[in-house]
Amino acid sequence: MNNTVDMIMIFLVLTNLALLGLSRLGACIRVAAVQGIVLGMLPLALNRGDIPLHLGLYSAVLIGLKGIVFPWVLLRLLKELKTRREIEPFVGYGTSIALGMAAFVSCIWLGHRLPLPEPGMSALIVPAAFFTIVTGLFLTVSRKKALTQAIGYLVLENGISAFGAAVVETQPLLIELGILLDAFMAVFVMGIAIFHINREFDHIDADKLSSLRT
Amino acid sequence: MSLFIGGFAIIFIGGLASLFCGRRGGLASLCGVLGTAAGSIAAIIPAFKVLFSGAAESVQIAWAVPFGSFCLRLDPLSAFFLIPILGLSSIAAVYGVEYLSSYQSRKNLGVPWFFYALLLVGMMLVVAAGNGLLFLIAWEIMSVASFFLVSFEYEKPAVRQAGLSYLIAMHIGTAFLILFFILLSSGTGSLDFDKIPMFPAAKANLLFLLAVVGFGTKAGFMPLHVWLPHAHPAAPSHVSAVMSGVMIKTGIYGLVRAAMLLGTPPAWWGWLLIMIGAVSGILGVLFALAQHDLKRLLAYHSVENIGIITIGLGVGLLGVHLHSPILAVLGFAGGLFHVLNHAVFKGLLFLCAGSVLHSSGTGCLDKLGGLIKRMPWTASAFLVGAAAISGLPPLNGFASEFLLYLGVFKNNGGDGLEMLVLALIVIGSLALIGGLALACFTKAFGIVFLGHPRSGAAQESHEAGVLMKLSMAVLACLCVLLGLLSPWVVRSAAYVIAAIAPLPMGQIEAELGCASSVLLGFVFVSLVFAIVLFGLTAVRCRLLKSRCVRQSVTWDCGYARPDSRMQYTATSFAQPITALFNVFLQTRKKFLPPEGLFPVRSSFETETPDLGERYLYLPLYRWICALFGKLQWLQHGRVQIYIFYIALTLWLLLMWKLM
Amino acid sequence: MVILLKILNLAVTLTAAPLLLGIIIRVKAWFAGRTGQPLLQPYYDIWKLLRKGTVYSVSTSWVFRAGPLVSLAVTLTAALLLPMGGLPAVFAFDGDFLVFVYLLGLLRFFMIVSALDTGSSFEGMGSSREAAFSALCEPALLIGLAAIAKITGHASLTPMAASLQPALWTAAGPAFVLVGFALIIVFLSENCRIPVDDPTTHLELTMIHEAMVLDHGGLDLGMLQYAAALKMWLLGLVLVGVVVPIHSGFLCLDTAATLLCMGLLAVLVGIVESSMARIRLLRIPPLLIGAAALSVLALVLVYR
Repeated sequence: MNNTVDMIMIFLVLTNLALLGLSRLGACIRVAAVQGIVLGMLPLALNRGDIPLHLGLYSAVLIGLKGIVFPWVLLRLLKELKTRREIEPFVGYGTSIALGMAAFVSCIWLGHRLPLPEPGMSALIVPAAFFTIVTGLFLTVSRKKALTQAIGYLVLENGISAFGAAVVETQPLLIELGILLDAFMAVFVMGIAIFHINREFDHIDADKLSSLRT
Repeated sequence: MSLFIGGFAIIFIGGLASLFCGRRGGLASLCGVLGTAAGSIAAIIPAFKVLFSGAAESVQIAWAVPFGSFCLRLDPLSAFFLIPILGLSSIAAVYGVEYLSSYQSRKNLGVPWFFYALLLVGMMLVVAAGNGLLFLIAWEIMSVASFFLVSFEYEKPAVRQAGLSYLIAMHIGTAFLILFFILLSSGTGSLDFDKIPMFPAAKANLLFLLAVVGFGTKAGFMPLHVWLPHAHPAAPSHVSAVMSGVMIKTGIYGLVRAAMLLGTPPAWWGWLLIMIGAVSGILGVLFALAQHDLKRLLAYHSVENIGIITIGLGVGLLGVHLHSPILAVLGFAGGLFHVLNHAVFKGLLFLCAGSVLHSSGTGCLDKLGGLIKRMPWTASAFLVGAAAISGLPPLNGFASEFLLYLGVFKNNGGDGLEMLVLALIVIGSLALIGGLALACFTKAFGIVFLGHPRSGAAQESHEAGVLMKLSMAVLACLCVLLGLLSPWVVRSAAYVIAAIAPLPMGQIEAELGCASSVLLGFVFVSLVFAIVLFGLTAVRCRLLKSRCVRQSVTWDCGYARPDSRMQYTATSFAQPITALFNVFLQTRKKFLPPEGLFPVRSSFETETPDLGERYLYLPLYRWICALFGKLQWLQHGRVQIYIFYIALTLWLLLMWKLM
Repeated sequence: MVILLKILNLAVTLTAAPLLLGIIIRVKAWFAGRTGQPLLQPYYDIWKLLRKGTVYSVSTSWVFRAGPLVSLAVTLTAALLLPMGGLPAVFAFDGDFLVFVYLLGLLRFFMIVSALDTGSSFEGMGSSREAAFSALCEPALLIGLAAIAKITGHASLTPMAASLQPALWTAAGPAFVLVGFALIIVFLSENCRIPVDDPTTHLELTMIHEAMVLDHGGLDLGMLQYAAALKMWLLGLVLVGVVVPIHSGFLCLDTAATLLCMGLLAVLVGIVESSMARIRLLRIPPLLIGAAALSVLALVLVYR
């Protein structure tokens, strides 16, 4: 279990748990950023032998976007919003972590059912990637602030890219970059939307927006 | 075997005798308790003999009933369950003499004693029955007798309600059991347990599910447990002790027997039981924490302990499936040992709760307090029981949980997902249950017995009488003894496990010997603890003799008039935990906050309705009600028409038979 | 010879336990720019208290008087179960750590009931929190130990600690690190240190352990303080014993290294206490569940 991929995966799981248990939005953004940076190194770690140029570039783009650009945008947004922390989420933090552990164990079961095409790879990749996806979904569903939902979306994307990196050895970079572009757009659009919502209504509680539907 | 039947007869005759002299309460009690005690002593001798020799005894009496035969069989498994049944029932009967005496002027005491004897007879017959039909009849005797005992104080509406819900729940369970036995007999046409053939896997699986639901209703598995928190507080306390201590264990017995009859278990049987056990255990203790009534709290703890026992059975079945002797032996041994231990400490706790109820008239935690000053014996006995049920060394509760842990810790069955999930569920849930049970019983003991009385009722309480004290003391001593003798008690389960698990006797004895030597370590530690504690006590006594020991008030933070109502309540004590697990508990709060500068009224109420009741039984009953509402046109209230229905039915049946 | 080693183990535990507290206080003083009290101050405090009489509240019963006795007896007994570097435990059998953990449960039980015996709300408050938080600690501790038991293949602390070769550590490093973190959180919580509880505060509403012993005085308080110091030492020994691979083969070296690690642990606690604030009570359960999650993750890594 001592290789780099395993370490990255354990780190991925730990950051997910931290995201589930943290209430401060700033801390959440930073953890998501660290997760993005570590994930950016995954393609390099997965590649045995020398690193081709396009992979290096890809990695750099991933790290740059997920580790620096997105968090920067979100942190700026946070500064504008004057909200510091998530208040009373739908599911409490302790329960979130406990549910997260249950989800992780079931993800491991999934990992056993879903063997990787290449046998030599770390057995943790599929569970950890799935777990990241589940965490992202959970954050989007269970938290009230629109900003946390944006973070959830980012984490979801992290999970997908980890899964993609693991399953497809020869990266279909196009697809990957497409998803990345989606995330890019999403973060910006959400950022702008949240900013405007906040200016208009003085809060960003997503659950209170339901009265807008009429 | 003749001793067993003799004991059986003595108990029954004792019950009948007390029924006949029911108007004279003292005599009825005397007949009841003498019959129970003498019969139990007679019947427990063959049980011990079978348990230690491993040789089953049986007797066959002619009985002209289709599918039935009056076959009584004492094998090690029956004997193992028989011992706590007889032991606890006779101790509780001694307690009952004094407990019931306060009802003497108002009620006919012959009735409860008769049904008590009938309940005991029913339980004996259940574990000794060698035939399905006989088993069902005994099962029904047991259920009905306990129904009458639950509704002893029938003049209270709450008690009637509890009795009714108990009766209905029991019959839903029995319905599944009838189906179970019909399917069981469909192959051979005989319901004798030793003539059951091997089944194809699909049928065995179906039968197992039926058994889990049917026996689980009796035992109190989590969504099926709804009758427990109603019936236990309603029944007289010595009856609650017997019901919770041993009667619900007949459900466990039935499940084990069914698993034995159905042959080699597939893995998912074990997993199902482990999951049920973990859920029952954790939710049981959580709901117990949220309760305000002492006996209701104890009732939920029965659910918890049944959970622990079921985890043990599940681990055992899984061990049998995986051919892992250590899992099988330690799982079964832990589960069965816990059956015995739970009978002792839960019986003890219910008896103590009974004395509290008896003397103060209320079981509401937030109205009690400070009882240790007036009831030192009861309080000390309750303390022992509370420590035992929290699984603390050096008492017996620890020994059985220890075996379960040990099975998982020492299991080297291999890597992989299965073992991981097993370790996670068993260790995680046992650890959590242990911690929460400790919280719950420090709450129960602390709020009821310590501090200041919270109401007038608690202030005027008095110590229980001699017989009540005696029976509590015996059970408290048993808690200690079963802990200290655990290495030897565990060894004696060898034949029982051999009957359940298809393992060679040598292997079982080897594993049990291993477990027993480990438990010996625990016993040594316990003894050292006792010596150290004794030494420290002596040292402090000597030191304090020459020093200044003063009495003062509890530190009151400068506030000059501390009031007993300012103490922490049971609700506030449990709040950090109940708030954390509110997802499951869904406590309802009614809060009237203080308003204005000089608030006049304010109040805070919490209520935690049962989950199974809200989401399983009530919708089910509503559905059934709606269904039967559609049949209302049949009902006219005229006797003639009802007779016509009966005649018509008989006529149609005759035609069908002759067709 | 072995018996002598066992007695030595016990003697070191009994004498060195309060020192840990001294080191922590010293480190905190150093961080605050003060000289701080002497390292042996906890010993003086306990000694002073042990020479006094006591004051009992009129509300209390024998349960209150039994609290300190049981606490001390439990910790003294639990000390028999732990190895210290090369020195074996007095009692070692499979599952001894379960007995250890549940003995601490007995201690907690008596602490809580003796606190409730006073009838004071402060003590009720403290004991209620203690019950809730330690219930959450237990899964973290036991699952973490299960992971270590699985790695080493032993279910008893003495062989577990003895088989902790550096090679094993390199093979299963992440699991050890995770369990280590989980156990540190448990250590801080069970010993009522910051960030879970503040042992120096004098505001009853925020305290846990200190609120529970509010009404104990004199000899009894001395016994309780010594028991608390012993408990800290013992939990520290578990932490160091099952996580740090000390295995040189030389008895003296191993033992010295263990003692050094204990000192470092105290320094670490001091640093944590100086650099962190006590977290809000509502945030403690997520922290403890997080510790359990780390243990679970370690177990997952071990079993896969």
